Amino acid sequence: MRARYFEGARAIAPIGVAAFAFGLSFGVLARTAGMGWTAPIVMSATTFAGSAQFAVASLLRDGGAAAAAIGAAVMLNVRYVPISISVASWFDGPAPKRLLQAQMIVDESWAVSLKRRGGFDVRVLLGAGGLLYLTWTSGTAVGLLLGNAIGDANRLGLDAAFPALFLALLVPQVARRRHLSAALLGGGIALALIPFTPAGVPIVAGAGGCLVGWSRR
Amino acid sequence: MSAVWLCVIAVGAATVAFKATGPVLIGRRELPAWLAGPVGLLAPAVLAALVVTQAVGGHRAIVADARLAGLGAGAVAVALRAPLLVVLVVAAATAALIRLL
Repeated sequence: MRARYFEGARAIAPIGVAAFAFGLSFGVLARTAGMGWTAPIVMSATTFAGSAQFAVASLLRDGGAAAAAIGAAVMLNVRYVPISISVASWFDGPAPKRLLQAQMIVDESWAVSLKRRGGFDVRVLLGAGGLLYLTWTSGTAVGLLLGNAIGDANRLGLDAAFPALFLALLVPQVARRRHLSAALLGGGIALALIPFTPAGVPIVAGAGGCLVGWSRR
Repeated sequence: MSAVWLCVIAVGAATVAFKATGPVLIGRRELPAWLAGPVGLLAPAVLAALVVTQAVGGHRAIVADARLAGLGAGAVAVALRAPLLVVLVVAAATAALIRLL
């Protein structure tokens, strides 16, 4: 039983390194944006979704209104609605417990918890999500403390690590032709929408690529 | 309330609710049969969309920069079945090198 938590943590450990670095750069950005000390850490501990937090911090830094920042972040996280519905039936126990466990869902922990032949392992999710949660929040705190002493993480290519990371998570999910159709459709929809929609919309619309599942029952 | 805390609370509440939607509202019940097909294909669709948006997404523009080269190098590492950490380092180092040049 307990082995599953470790399995999740072990599977995600390399991603934990990236999450820590990403957390660092969020901390640095939040400090530049004048978000104070507590708010960024509370945000990492509650929102726990990197790109949405980056959107908020950079909009606030550039003098954007709170409503614009909230709208941008909400758009970026809407994809968690279909994601959480897709794994809902694997959660167990009373509603408050399910609510808390569901907070460990981020793209990466969700992807490593999917079983090869369909199905989902909540224990792997908790181990993997828990490790990412620790690295993300501690990275945020260290980034806030060190501030600009760290410099721009993207100079070190951190922003290029993430598309490669998602590709590495995608490949094991493509076992059959219908998986490939869904991936090509999802990627195609996202690419087509990038120029015309706010960030986040291309991802949640790309999720619609899974609807090819209706044509090939 | 300051704009910062307004953002932290509103975005936090929305995200907590998004992530809890399925597990709290549907919970232990089986998903209806008509959802089974699409649900099995959600991961490839979302992950492919994430690859694309992270690689070439800009402010309402498709941007081809060092990230794309990093992704290409990372893809080679994935094809060679390199461990995940190696894939990440190869992608990041490739992009960093291109930015240095």
